Amino acid sequence: MKRIRTLDTRDLKKSVENGGCGECQTSCQSACKTSCGVANQQCEKCMEQK
Amino acid sequence: MIHQYKLGGYNIVLDVFSGAVHAVDEVAYDAIALYETHTKDEIKAELLAKYGERENLSAGEIDEVLADIEQLKADGKLFTEDVYADRAFDFKNRSTVVKALCLHVAHTCNLNCSYCFAAQGKYHGERALMSFETGKRALDFLVEHSGTRKNLEVDFFGGEPLMNFEVVKQLVAYARSIERQAGKNFRFTLTTNGVLLNDEVTEFANRECHNVVLSLDGRKEVHDRLRKTVNGQGSYDLIVPKFQDFVQKRGNRGYYVRGTYTKYNLDFTNDIFHMADLGFTELSMEPVVSAPDDPYALSEADLPTLYKQYELLAEEMLRRRRAGKPFTFYHYMIDLSGGPCIYKRISGCGSGTEYLAVTPWGDLYPCHQFVGDEKYRLGDIWSGVTNTEVQQEFKLCNAYARKECRDCWAKLYCSGGCAANAYHATGAVTGVYELGCKLFKKRMECAIMLKVAEALDKAESNM
Repeated sequence: MKRIRTLDTRDLKKSVENGGCGECQTSCQSACKTSCGVANQQCEKCMEQK
Repeated sequence: MIHQYKLGGYNIVLDVFSGAVHAVDEVAYDAIALYETHTKDEIKAELLAKYGERENLSAGEIDEVLADIEQLKADGKLFTEDVYADRAFDFKNRSTVVKALCLHVAHTCNLNCSYCFAAQGKYHGERALMSFETGKRALDFLVEHSGTRKNLEVDFFGGEPLMNFEVVKQLVAYARSIERQAGKNFRFTLTTNGVLLNDEVTEFANRECHNVVLSLDGRKEVHDRLRKTVNGQGSYDLIVPKFQDFVQKRGNRGYYVRGTYTKYNLDFTNDIFHMADLGFTELSMEPVVSAPDDPYALSEADLPTLYKQYELLAEEMLRRRRAGKPFTFYHYMIDLSGGPCIYKRISGCGSGTEYLAVTPWGDLYPCHQFVGDEKYRLGDIWSGVTNTEVQQEFKLCNAYARKECRDCWAKLYCSGGCAANAYHATGAVTGVYELGCKLFKKRMECAIMLKVAEALDKAESNM
């Protein structure tokens, strides 16, 4: 597309089917301890596949 | 739902419910903004009036853009509908396992930091150290309640956990002795102020700890103002050489140098740059958690300054990355292709359900920030969670729990926000800490802008 560049992202709708294993890190356990956010967490399954 | 913004010279469009991110030019940016509310002829007329002469834009080119938008919509990457809202209500009844514990091995501290949410490590109670027996039972409790989860997280926390280092070592040895047979993998984190860091601790942490969090607020004058020893002396000179030595020996294993910023250092990017200049590359800087009337508390009036700071940070990170001297900022880490699934994005940090804090006496709380607040005591490591009413409240804390979040583009990045922040700001864990929301959204915009810059830089270098 000439005017739109789409980045490579995980399709959240598809993750309804292939997500939810629960092996991922608990958000607050890593560095913040004072403000939750899940955006900077990684999917354990995706990491294994990389 | 989409979210559009301009930052760092980029035009960015997020498709909230698919997670898609688009970098677009100005014409496409405006076309997308008009797409759902205007006819194609209206869009054409508006774009031709704005760009026809300036960019020599033709009607045919606008047709192309509109066709591209239509295609992205058909592909589920633009204007995607919310298909998760109904599912979110099932979360109340879902069964959960425990997969992470914050072990408060020391309710005491060798620093006396003015802003400590843990009230100088004591959490408004008595000074105490966790015994090995209590810690051992906590680890058994975790294994027993973890179901089929393999990866279990344990954070040694305080106060200052190294004031109980012998027990920390014994607990790690115990966990290692049971993990294979239990089919588990323990990941330990140590959060320390660095005062007691020495060669033995370094060797231990580099062998056993998946992550180490080192507390440093940045520039000496900023750090020393609030992070003092019990004798009232600043602790910067004491800990910085220890942190540098520690990180140098840690190699490529996980760590964060983590600071807290307050009203006293609204120019906190200078503290982050200072950390980077000290040689640290994995950095985190958090807004202070405080009562609104604390002298160092952040307020709405600080927001314009703080927004500029976050933008400045992103721009400087981009500059340093392009110059081959990158550093990581925790809140700008975002893995667009390998990030969390929708379940994680809806359910959030798991406080009170998957993640519990354990006091030196073995009491359970929803997370470290609720420790000491008796009405949030969930039970103990011997009897398990007995206060199921409070636990239900936490089960409900998800991205769809708050009416204020209904139209928010960021809810699948924050999962509805931190329950503790909400509680401290509004008196309810399902409340909304508005200042925190605004800062979070700004950080997400910056984080995604950096990913856009990275992708476009990469594409350019491949041309």
